[in-house]
Amino acid sequence: MTEPSRLTVRKTYKLYIGGAFPRSESGRSYVVTSSKGDFLANASRASRKDARDAVTAARKAFPGWSGATAYNRGQILYRVAEMLEGRRAQFVAELVDADGVSARRAGELADATVDRLVWYAGWSDKIGAIQGAANPVAGPYFNLSTSEPTGVVAVVAPQEGPLLGLISVIAPVIVTGNTCVVVASERAPLPSITLAEVLATSDLPGGVVNLLTGKVAELAPWLSSHMDVNAVDLTGCPDELAVSCEQDAAENLKRVLRPPGKTDWQAQPTLDRMTKFLETKTIWHPIGI
Amino acid sequence: MFEYAPAPESRDLVDIRPSYGLFVNGEWVDSLGDERDKTINPASEEVLAEFSLASEADVDRAVSAARKAYESVWGRLPGSERAKYLFRIARIIQERARELAVLESLDNGKPIRESRDVDLPLVAAHFFYYAGWADKLGYAGLGADPRPLGVAAQVIPWNFPLLMLAWKIAPALACGNTVVLKPAETTPLTALAFADICRQADLPPGVVNIVTGAGATGQALVDHPDVNKVAFTGSTEVGRMIARSVAGSRKKLTLELGGKAANIVFDDAALDQAVEGIVNGIFFNQGHVCCAGSRLLVQESIETELLDALKRRLSTLRLGDPLDKNTDIGAINSAAQLAKIKSLSEAGEQEGAERWSPSCPIPDKGFWFPPTLFTGVAQSHRIAREEIFGPVLSVLTFRTPAEAVEKANNSPYGLSAGVWTEKGSRILWMADKLRAGVVWANTFNRFDPTSPFGGYKESGYGREGGRHGLEAYLDV
Repeated sequence: MTEPSRLTVRKTYKLYIGGAFPRSESGRSYVVTSSKGDFLANASRASRKDARDAVTAARKAFPGWSGATAYNRGQILYRVAEMLEGRRAQFVAELVDADGVSARRAGELADATVDRLVWYAGWSDKIGAIQGAANPVAGPYFNLSTSEPTGVVAVVAPQEGPLLGLISVIAPVIVTGNTCVVVASERAPLPSITLAEVLATSDLPGGVVNLLTGKVAELAPWLSSHMDVNAVDLTGCPDELAVSCEQDAAENLKRVLRPPGKTDWQAQPTLDRMTKFLETKTIWHPIGI
Repeated sequence: MFEYAPAPESRDLVDIRPSYGLFVNGEWVDSLGDERDKTINPASEEVLAEFSLASEADVDRAVSAARKAYESVWGRLPGSERAKYLFRIARIIQERARELAVLESLDNGKPIRESRDVDLPLVAAHFFYYAGWADKLGYAGLGADPRPLGVAAQVIPWNFPLLMLAWKIAPALACGNTVVLKPAETTPLTALAFADICRQADLPPGVVNIVTGAGATGQALVDHPDVNKVAFTGSTEVGRMIARSVAGSRKKLTLELGGKAANIVFDDAALDQAVEGIVNGIFFNQGHVCCAGSRLLVQESIETELLDALKRRLSTLRLGDPLDKNTDIGAINSAAQLAKIKSLSEAGEQEGAERWSPSCPIPDKGFWFPPTLFTGVAQSHRIAREEIFGPVLSVLTFRTPAEAVEKANNSPYGLSAGVWTEKGSRILWMADKLRAGVVWANTFNRFDPTSPFGGYKESGYGREGGRHGLEAYLDV
């Protein structure tokens, strides 16, 4: 007679709001399957109320995070990369399940994700030098333009690329001091919650990144029309939904990012995803004695 | 108060035609529709000229002309050649500056002192500035060889008609786009004069097209399927509508919208300078300024002293003939705007704020509103929340810097703000906390083509001026 094999302890996948891991207040969940159709987990199906709670948490975190030094934000993003590297095996396993890719390919994606974070981390105290300017006005005035974060950004993460795509939309938003509410890939949400566990242990203040899992078609319209959201990234919205979200976003003049066509997440990013969520502030002061 | 002899600028400098067509493909054409309107001098209600309300078909014709010019000429022209056209335009504006200033004051109602000393110099400077960029775009940090977008649809307001035209057309052309521009229906004349300047500069036909009209013309223009870029300056209400109608179209959109700027005066401020800054902040251009300092936040300990000085200063302002060189406050641009200012001021009284104006004779004809102060204003009052776009200042008080920031930021707008204090570290702290695109410290209402201008939050998006202003007109 052989010894009974040990039953594994499964993880409960919850939301990530304000640094905590609550279930959806609605009590709803949905079944997440592997690319082969096997049951993987029940993920929380976030509601309108969860989305609103997440916006509140993001707003609350904004003054502290945008007021932190750029050096500090850079270090924290680098810390996220360190934590991610440490959990590499777990992400590889989840990517194999979610995307049906080989372990080798999943490893490449995990590595690219870590490298992407490191790349963005370095921008925290450099983007200002690229985007700002001392303006030579025609008069005795000191005139300086600096960039500042837009505020609370709602991000609909790409449906494809549940890890590399996800980090490629979150990192550029937060590195400059924005806070965000992210709707994870509906089909493959599990890596996002594992990422939340990484964020929660990386000195990233609670509320800077809030992660919702659930139906994009249900959550994106609430976030796009929310009057305390300053910008939306509609990358993960199907076209028809994106157009209606863009219309909703007009109500309080949200900045809207809607990249044309499919993004190649492997490719080297440009500055666009950072600059879209930056405001330019220009300060004038007379020069005199 | 001193008596001044009238010192009117001569009207003979301008030659206004009785009737204008549209400027399409380098030519004056009659509208395909038959709707027309008249533009009047708001200081006298005298009719200045008749102009067309361009129809959808007119807009279509103008966009086609712009498309053709973009594809056959302008989009292919080397930047160095585009630059020379823009330098030419800048020079012609300088040469005709006095004429254009008089025309602007006639059509808009602003004092000649402002159109002559502020608007026109800035218009010429804007063309000069962007002319220089046309062959240096690869150095703008927007890619090695940034491409133009194509045809730009531009809709501008009536408060700085020619200056807003310059802010729109100069960067668009420098970047290699062609434009169809619609001036405001109450102030079309300087834009129509600009069409003539394009001809004097031998600008290729179709590069600049001017279609006059009201809201329907503007809507047809921004909704036209063959425009690649929409730029609008005006009210937040219309900006919202445009953002909604452009949504999903992939047209690049920049919006410069309303504001309700806080002008914050601390107890250590240089008081006389602050008073001048407050006056300039809200009474410049009759308060028809999106970035006007319409909310005065004064530190409680100096409220009485500051208000006494401010009232004394307001009593010396001269309201009257915009063409008189002594005039400080000109005419309100239109009957509709005057009605809006009156209605919000009445709301201010009804909600319990105390109204004050200096004794100020009002001319019999035309649209006028005296400089007005409201004290005892609460943050909930309409006059503290809504953009009045007139010479009306709402005074609120604060005790601590944190309270000043809280109140200043308590607005859906975020275009500009002012800070008055002699303490440098406090200026920088305040500038950091204020959620506004432009912060004037110990000054107000300064503009320069090298300096990016534009709002946070519901004051719109995109920047005009400086290197930042190029991004709006390049495919990046």
